[in-house]
Amino acid sequence: MPDVRTIAVVVNGIPYRRDVETRTTLADFLRHELRLTGTHVGCEHGVCGACTVLVGGRSARACLMLAVQCDGEEIATVESLATEGRLNPLQQAFQDCHGLQCGFCTPGVLMTLTEFLREHPDPSEADVREALTGNLCRCTGYQGIVDAALAAAKRVREGA
Amino acid sequence: MIATGFGASVRRKEDPPLLRGEGRYVDDIALPGMLHTAFVRSPYAHARIGRIDTTAALALPGVHAVLTYADLPESVRRQTLPLLVPHPAIRQPFMPYALVKDEACYAGEPVACVIADSRYIAEDAAQLVEVDYEPLPAVSDCRAALDAGAPRAHYGDESNTAARFPVRAGDADRAFATAKHVFRELIHQHRGGPFSIECRGAVASYEAPTQTLTLHVSSQGAHRIKRCMLDMLEAGDHEVRVITPDVGGGFGPKGSFYPEYVNVSVAAMRLARPVKWIEDRRENFLATHQERDQYWDVEIAVDADARILAVRGQLVHETGAYVPWGIVLPWIAATTVPGPYVIPNFKLDVLSVFTNKIQTTPVRGAGRPEAVVAMERLMDRVARELRIDPAEVRRRNFIRPEQMPYNVGIIFRDGRPVTYDSGDYPACQASAIEASGYESFPERQARARANGRYLGIGLSNAVEATGLGPYESATVRVATNGRIVVYTGATPQGQSHKTTLAQIAGDELGVEIDAIDVVTGDTGGVSLGIGTFAARTAVNAGSSVHVAARAVAEKAKRLAAGMMECLEEDLALAGGFVCLRDHPDVRKSLREIAVKAVGMPGFSMAGGLPPGLEHTAHYTPDRSAYSNGTHVAEVEVDIETGAVTIQRYTVAHDCGRVINPLVVDGQVVGGVAHGVGNALFERMVYDEHAQPLSTNFGEYLLPLATDVPRVDLVHLETPSPLNPLGVKGAGEGGTIPAIAAIAAAVENALEPFGVKITEVPISPQRIVELLGNHALGRTA
Repeated sequence: MPDVRTIAVVVNGIPYRRDVETRTTLADFLRHELRLTGTHVGCEHGVCGACTVLVGGRSARACLMLAVQCDGEEIATVESLATEGRLNPLQQAFQDCHGLQCGFCTPGVLMTLTEFLREHPDPSEADVREALTGNLCRCTGYQGIVDAALAAAKRVREGA
Repeated sequence: MIATGFGASVRRKEDPPLLRGEGRYVDDIALPGMLHTAFVRSPYAHARIGRIDTTAALALPGVHAVLTYADLPESVRRQTLPLLVPHPAIRQPFMPYALVKDEACYAGEPVACVIADSRYIAEDAAQLVEVDYEPLPAVSDCRAALDAGAPRAHYGDESNTAARFPVRAGDADRAFATAKHVFRELIHQHRGGPFSIECRGAVASYEAPTQTLTLHVSSQGAHRIKRCMLDMLEAGDHEVRVITPDVGGGFGPKGSFYPEYVNVSVAAMRLARPVKWIEDRRENFLATHQERDQYWDVEIAVDADARILAVRGQLVHETGAYVPWGIVLPWIAATTVPGPYVIPNFKLDVLSVFTNKIQTTPVRGAGRPEAVVAMERLMDRVARELRIDPAEVRRRNFIRPEQMPYNVGIIFRDGRPVTYDSGDYPACQASAIEASGYESFPERQARARANGRYLGIGLSNAVEATGLGPYESATVRVATNGRIVVYTGATPQGQSHKTTLAQIAGDELGVEIDAIDVVTGDTGGVSLGIGTFAARTAVNAGSSVHVAARAVAEKAKRLAAGMMECLEEDLALAGGFVCLRDHPDVRKSLREIAVKAVGMPGFSMAGGLPPGLEHTAHYTPDRSAYSNGTHVAEVEVDIETGAVTIQRYTVAHDCGRVINPLVVDGQVVGGVAHGVGNALFERMVYDEHAQPLSTNFGEYLLPLATDVPRVDLVHLETPSPLNPLGVKGAGEGGTIPAIAAIAAAVENALEPFGVKITEVPISPQRIVELLGNHALGRTA
């Protein structure tokens, strides 16, 4: 019989209390239970990074975590980035620099970079590329992504 | 003047929702009562299927049905999946059934489909389906498959040859007989795959009241999938609608038709509930089409001055277990070989061979990267043997711009001669050479070598047939509320159609792109469509949108002239109005004109015009528009570890007139990354029993941000004379020459050790192997 537990999480500032099967991944919980479909599932073995979210402020693979592991945690997904529909500086830089094509890897890339840029406000191109090695993109060749990260860092530093 | 019109580097309309996490991909669709599927797949590459016992699976709570071949409707049991591009050269047109009937021909072929309340339960139940497999001998390597005694990929077949055909021009044998120099190369390109980050997926729902099936599918062409579904289900045209929502990358294989789509549709109709299937990554490695397994045995004949007299040889192409795209891949490969060079005599014996592996169908480049590797390796061989700079060898052999249009002398797969429309190949290479610092490379190389470091440079050229017909549809409509919508059968997977097609329409209609909605990949929007692949959309859909939007603009002016009592030629479209050129405040809104255009009950249409402020166009290109490009790769090879680092990468690219430089640059740079993967990393490994061994991203390596170089891009614009926009395709030009350039650069770096590169991908392990005693600097 399914093993069900009750968990309490705060996702993008909103508290939720839900019964979940213990085997439910965090990615499936976010996508199918909370209907936050911005978090994408690309490989389910922790390599592609499309499902990257922040758990307690740290980037995590939502495909490799179980929802029950997040009991009591604060989680941030791509849906938390824009304010009333207005793109944040990182998102805006992605549009300006053509940092996305199909857009499927983008939510994970944005969450990886959200954590990275918070800790490295003035990164070099090599730093950005290194930070992105946990995210696969098949469309862009990464150039637009790297440019967007550098542009966003600059804008934030300059208080834009 | 429209700020966001043709030629402007416009930011994409697609981006804001995608960046907010509001994209609508197929797995984001959740319908009331929706069920989920998991497939039971053959664990053997080749096996006879006996009894299937679904009792235990059906007994699991939450399981609604298990489909096997015997459970499928009669029309689905009777026929295999449609062969998309038949050709008389195909000896045995093997295609799969929607579920294995009696013989599984690759590991991963779907045998049963479990439908349950959740994917978790469906996967549990799939484990409980008992299948009696009788393993049969499997054939894994396409060369071995040609041996008389080789196991047959399809049991009892007389041979594994799927098709064999010649591609010829002139008299190659005669030219070889008297040539001053002849060089031969054996070249292998290993199998890789598309590996879009979104796997495949489909959601089928059946509405009993209207008896219509709606299939949402992550595809590259909704209309072709609808046509296949109509065949499989023997349904009426009005009974099936296929919609492709946002697609998370395609790269070719999402343009194919797959058994899973039939199964979810059958399940939805039978259970009267929506049914979803989302491919997981392991399934994606097993069951989504792949490409690039080709063996080339080719020779080049040149005169004393390195001028090409002839090229001849054999291409052995692996088609895998079935032939969904017929002989498209080997044919494209064969006809791409000549590229930008004058080759008076050409002869290629082309074999397409069955193996017990998932089919090969077009993946970004579609046979062309392989052909370019073959041709450019020959050119480098000539350069090495005759001690002439590789760029100079190419320069001596280029088709000159004044020879355009140029008949290559061979026949393309549409049965017509390969004829290049336009292009300046010498100028393109010259641009790349200048931008890459090619001329000063020997100094860099010498300096590095003095320090025990090994740099290499490689150059490659390619010509690509783009904008293939037959057509793409576009309807441009101004609704009676004034909103403008463009419907097209083009079905994007990241190529920015919603922006670029709006740019084209906006120019004609006098509005910015934000005033235009573009609807793609919905068979409910426009009746005909082909889809987005083969770098065809700018030419086909772009031209159709241009023609349709212009017709709408003309019609709007004609109606407005009647309403305003003025002459049509005094009118112009701007900002959503038709206005007097000289008095822009005297105007009629598109909304008013659209209302007028649909007519009023009881009144005749004005001026005998057909009703509606809309027009549908199907631009049909007479032949391909040929893009071209030159790539220069500069690499460093670590002779201790075999690691290759791309230090510098330059692309000179000509895709005719550029609709949106931002988008085209993105296509080219992204294409290079795919080429880097094929050149250095991506290796889909099977064992001798055709068992796939690389089925995750830990075993199959995609290039990372640290592997892909920054690309220096130079654009040349030779407009195509063949279409009204002067455009050519841009989606694959980044990939096609990349593999050859990188292979050449690695070989050049290892020149002191006499290493030859005739296979890709080139792994560090293989480089160390090739270096032999030179590795680890033992004899350096």
